[in-house]
Amino acid sequence: MLQVNALNVFYGESHTIRDVSLTVGAHEAVAVMGRNGMGKTTLFKAIIGMLPVRSGEIVLDGVALHNQPSYRRVAAGLAFVPQGRMVFPLLTVKENILTGTENNPQREVPAYIYDYFPVLGEMEKRKGGNLSGGQQQMLAIARALVAEPKVLVLDEPTEGIQPSIIKELARTLVALRRDRGISILVSEQVLSFALEVADRFLVIDRGRIVDEKRRDDAGIEDIREFLKV
Amino acid sequence: MGIDIIIMQAFSGLSLFTILLLMALGLAIVFGLMGVINMAHGELMALGAYVTYLVALFFERNLPSLMGIYIFFAIFCAFAATFVFGYVLERSFIRFFYNRPLDTLLATWGLSLVLQQFYRSTFGAQEVSVPLASWLSGAWEPVAGIQLPLNRMFIIGLTMVVGLCVYLMLFKSRWGLRVRAVTQNRPMSAAVGINTDRVDALTFAVGSGLAGIAGSVFTMLGSTNPGTGQLYIVDSFIVVVFGGVSSLLGTALSAFAIAESQTAIEYFATGTVAKVTILLFVIVMLYFRPQGLFAPKVRGA
Ligand SMILES: Nc1ncnc2c1ncn2[C@@H]1O[C@H](COP(=O)(O)OP(=O)(O)OP(=O)(O)O)[C@@H](O)[C@H]1O
Ligand SMILES: [Mg+2]
Repeated sequence: MLQVNALNVFYGESHTIRDVSLTVGAHEAVAVMGRNGMGKTTLFKAIIGMLPVRSGEIVLDGVALHNQPSYRRVAAGLAFVPQGRMVFPLLTVKENILTGTENNPQREVPAYIYDYFPVLGEMEKRKGGNLSGGQQQMLAIARALVAEPKVLVLDEPTEGIQPSIIKELARTLVALRRDRGISILVSEQVLSFALEVADRFLVIDRGRIVDEKRRDDAGIEDIREFLKV
Repeated sequence: MGIDIIIMQAFSGLSLFTILLLMALGLAIVFGLMGVINMAHGELMALGAYVTYLVALFFERNLPSLMGIYIFFAIFCAFAATFVFGYVLERSFIRFFYNRPLDTLLATWGLSLVLQQFYRSTFGAQEVSVPLASWLSGAWEPVAGIQLPLNRMFIIGLTMVVGLCVYLMLFKSRWGLRVRAVTQNRPMSAAVGINTDRVDALTFAVGSGLAGIAGSVFTMLGSTNPGTGQLYIVDSFIVVVFGGVSSLLGTALSAFAIAESQTAIEYFATGTVAKVTILLFVIVMLYFRPQGLFAPKVRGA
């Protein structure tokens, strides 16, 4: 489904993503694990098109996306939940969600969204900037979901969020994958969350993928060591 | 000084207000969205005025019986012509200068000179003016001694309708949702699927179209020459800066305040004194509120 081949991304002279290749299959959930500053955000921004790639390919169901602007990638079936949420602070909750419906413009929020995130339904008219961090995270996920993506890309969704909400997020992502057949690509530093959500784990270190494990592999706990400073 | 003079002065301030508002709305929306300071915005207004003049000529020669309502066609044509011109301009010129504010300033200033010269060679350096329909000449006299010119009342009504349309488009339409999203966070808007290129082109076109309507309105107050746009561009910028770019209401109130003070000070002193006083006041205000008079408040994302 989603294939990333030998991707290289630079910030000016600094070579931040080095020959990264990964795949996310249909209905699969893949986690990219790495400490601060290892290149998770850079990789994901390059995949969604917020950063240009120097070389390499990004292909979704046979369509090459690496030279396309972000909005074409969304039209092709990617959706992005960025680190730090980046909801539109001055748009209401409802408007924030509707911005995600460009593939099939809607005037009302699809009902299933409020089934997954009842709290957003209660806050429809509030400004995005006035929600708590956890609520903004749900809003950012809802905004991505309404694009009806094939692959949902989430960059550190647990960052700065309290434990009870993290558990709820994990349950929601699992349900989304089961009920709606969405594939997931998520980056994380918290292994327990990733273990609940993903089946395959890639370890990123200084811009390279250095290890790969499946959930039931014997050495899965080794990743935990990797995530310690 | 009698109350009647105050009312009539305030009323004539309102006609300046309508032009400043139409000009500043376009500037503010475009600046908020793309960070483009369009120095040629005044020449887009002049384009609207010349189109109005051409439509008047056409009606005079070919449809004299319809001279009474030519102004409605003229306003529509002025909007359509500047809208299309703005669209083409954005796609073929402005978009190559995004993220280069100084270059944009120079490029659009150059464009304004080119357009002025074009008007000069096409329409001549002299002023051209349009006839006023008979139902728009004369004045309404609500009480003896207070005369409110009908053409100015028409202009005020028209501006209110246009302002309402802009409000509805920005806050109730899909295009408006896109504009507001891109204004707040461009890269994220593209990453949720918004075609930012199309939003830019369309918005620039709408902003230009508003300048075109301002030009059409202007023909009902004065005569047009190649430098007409220059008369209003600086004041329109002051309105935008004073009101704060991200607030429609701010732009409207700011246009109102500046137009009324301009007219009032002009009454007691000269136009230049009025301009200088307003500029000083705006500079002092910006020292205390650099974000403009009206800036939206939220906790932040
Ligand atoms: N705009 C930028 N310009 C230059 N270097 C950058 C820029 N953004 C990030 N970097 C560098 O690139 C490297 C990877 O950063 P990135 O944000 O991708 O890491 P990350 O894995 O997402 O970290 P975190 O877990 O803290 O979010 C870091 O060394 C960082 O300092
Ligand atoms: Mg990051």
